[in-house]
Parts: sequence; C-alpha cells; structure tokens
Amino acid sequence: MGVTRIAWLVARKDLRVEWASKVFTNQVLPFAAVTMVIFAFALDADVVLERVAPGLVWLATLFSLLVLVQRSFAIENEDGALDATRVAGVDPRAIFAGKALALAVELVILEAMLLLAAVVLYGQDVPIEGVPLLAVTSITATCGLAAVGTLYGGLAAGFTGRETLLPLLTLPAVAPVLIGATRAVEAALGTAGAVVSDGWPWVGLLTVFAVAFGVGGALAFGPLIDE
Amino acid sequence: MSSAATDPAPVVELDDAVAVLGSFPALAGATLRVQRREILLLQGPNGAGKTTLLRLCAGLLPVARGRAAVLGWDLAHHRREVRPHVGLLGHANGLYLDLSVGDNVRFWGSTVGASGAEITEAMALLAVDGRLGGLKVRSLSAGQKRRTALACLVARRAQLWLLDEPHAGLDAAGRDELDRTLRAAAAAGATIVVASHELERAGALATRTVEVVAGQVREP
Repeated sequence: MGVTRIAWLVARKDLRVEWASKVFTNQVLPFAAVTMVIFAFALDADVVLERVAPGLVWLATLFSLLVLVQRSFAIENEDGALDATRVAGVDPRAIFAGKALALAVELVILEAMLLLAAVVLYGQDVPIEGVPLLAVTSITATCGLAAVGTLYGGLAAGFTGRETLLPLLTLPAVAPVLIGATRAVEAALGTAGAVVSDGWPWVGLLTVFAVAFGVGGALAFGPLIDE
Repeated sequence: MSSAATDPAPVVELDDAVAVLGSFPALAGATLRVQRREILLLQGPNGAGKTTLLRLCAGLLPVARGRAAVLGWDLAHHRREVRPHVGLLGHANGLYLDLSVGDNVRFWGSTVGASGAEITEAMALLAVDGRLGGLKVRSLSAGQKRRTALACLVARRAQLWLLDEPHAGLDAAGRDELDRTLRAAAAAGATIVVASHELERAGALATRTVEVVAGQVREP
C-alpha cells in the first residue's frame, strides 16, 4: 500500500471519528466562537476591534488548533491505537500526512467560521479584491499549522503531561504563522490602510513555513512515535 | 500449509537474545523456537520479561545482543519489515472507540489492502458481524471489544499473534469464546504466543508451555 493511499485512509478515519463523536461541532467550534465573543467584550471599541480583527481571528485559530491536536492524538491513545499502528507497520509518513490532512480540513472550516464571526461581531468588511489573497493565506497558513500541530502532537503524545507540553512546544513554533497570516489578512481586508499587494510576500513566508514543516514533519514523525 | 512437526522454518527463533529497557536487560539471553500453528504459553512472574519478549517479537524493541528472527526476518536489521505480519494485543485493544466495529475492522484491513470479502470474512469469523458490526466500539462489552481487536488482526492478515493477558477482563463466556477463536486461528495457520498468569485456562489452550524467568526462557 502506498503512502498516499494510507494517508487518505488515516485522514478519512480521523474525520469519521470526529463526525461520529461530534466533538468538533459541539465543542471545538463553540469554543472558538466563545473566544471571539470574549475578545469583543475585552476590546469594547469598534475602532480597536476593526484594527485587531485579523490578529484575533488567527489567535482564536491557534487556541482552537491546540484543542484539535489534543483531540487528534487523544483518539489514538484512548485504546492504544497509535501503538497498534506502530505494530502494524503503518508508514509513519502516511500517519503524519493523514492526520495533518484531517486537521487541515477541520481548520479550514474553523477559519471560515471565525472570519464570519469577525464580520458579524466586529463589523469587519471583506472587500472583493481581497478574497483571493484571503483564500490563499488561509490555505497556506492552514497547511503550516496542520503540519506543526501534527508533528508536536505526535511528540507530546509519548510524554506524561502531554496536555501542558503541547502548547509549550506549539505556540512558539507557530509564531511565524500568526505574524504572517495576520499581516496577509490585514492586507486582504485593507486594515489600517494596507493594500492587497502588501499581503503576497507574507503568503510566501507562509508557504516556505508549510513546506519546511510538512517535509520535516513527515521525515521526523517516524522516529518521534517509534522511540 | 505444513504442520508444526514438519515445517522446517520456525516462526520465532531467538538465540541468546538480549533486549534492554533503559539500562536494564529485561530479556537476558533468551533462546526460543516457535513453530507454525503452535499456541505457546509464556508463564512466569511479573517482571520476568514476558511482555518484553512479545514486544521484541513484534519488532518494537531492538535486539541488543544475540540473534532474533521472526517469520524469517532478522530483527537486528528488519524490525519494521516484520511488523505488518505480526499482531500484538496487550491490555489495550488498539481500537477507535467512536467508530463502529465494522469501521475499525475495515480501517485496519485496508492498511494492508484487504478486500471487502476478507474484511467481511474476518468479522464473521470473530462473530462481530451483523447488528454488532454497526455498533460503536465504546458501547461494547470487554469481550466484544477483544473479539473486534482479534477481527482486526485477522483482517490485517497477521501470521504471528502475540497476546498479552488476553483473558483479562473477560467473563467466563467471553473466555470460552476467545479460546475457541484462538484454536480456530491456529488451525487456519496462525501462530500464537500467549503471555498469561491464568495458567489453568491458558495452559489448556496452549500446545506448549515455557517459563520466562529473569529474562530467560526455560522449558519446564
């Protein structure tokens, strides 16, 4: 069985588990929505909210990413399934790619909801000329976040105290995504006078980040979960 | 498939094998042969090295010294290659609790390219088909979960089954059912190594018993 085929099986399995357990829809999405509402309460001024909305969307995405990654590996550890995949000789690159793909699908849905929340709660406008940049930013940032989350999720899964270790490892690593994606979305939305062309260099950074962690993660995941 | 008595190539061959956990030699020069279709019982006190021996055979631990081969693969160099052909069932079942029985067996079977017919056959063999096949694993009894895990091993076409305390947590009916399943699997060509403290039950199931003491294997 090829890596791509098994990665697809793993991704489909992860999404089926989420669909069956309803944790994503009943807990993660509401958590992200509540985070956005809390931000609105904390920064109760339209001008400030409009200025910081792109950053808040990505901050809420990062917090939700931690919950999603914890969940992604909790289903593996609940009855020893991750150990079973090692014993079954399932290619670790396929496990990495499959889990990252499932995570990416969930993140894209989450980001769409968060952007909608920013429009509704913060009165954020989405100019039509910024939509392509917004879409490409979301895809590249999502790939990077999914790769980092899966890599560090796999690393933390083998340790006691994994719940606290994961944020400690992940948040510093995804800081470049937070910065790049925020700047790119600011450009797409025209926040504080930014123009769309300002955003594309940040998309370049996000792409390099996603490729680096995608390739590095696929290579490192096997030794991480094996030893 | 040839019988155990006439098959020249043992499924498991350990010669003075040493496996180290941290700095502790959990397996300290174990020598063992297991023939195809055997049901071998490993007995011995806690900490004697039974689980380590199973994990070594599954390719999960490196061989620090000596020789270890499983299904013809030298574990010093081919630990990953042997894994798809081996099934290890410990205290956990390795199942996804929010998926149905059928989804679990299909997933594990699909990782080795098992056909729909093979998966259906595996579920029927372990009697986890029909209504049971559609239930979430989380809602099953301990015995039903165990049978589902074994169906996954069958669907994965594991040739060597390594079972650590397989009767733990099962009621009397579940234990009888498990024993019938293991005998049927061995008759169909599987080789089974069982580590157990339940000597009366596991002894009756096994075709041979060895004792693991202080990391070494002794024939009684």
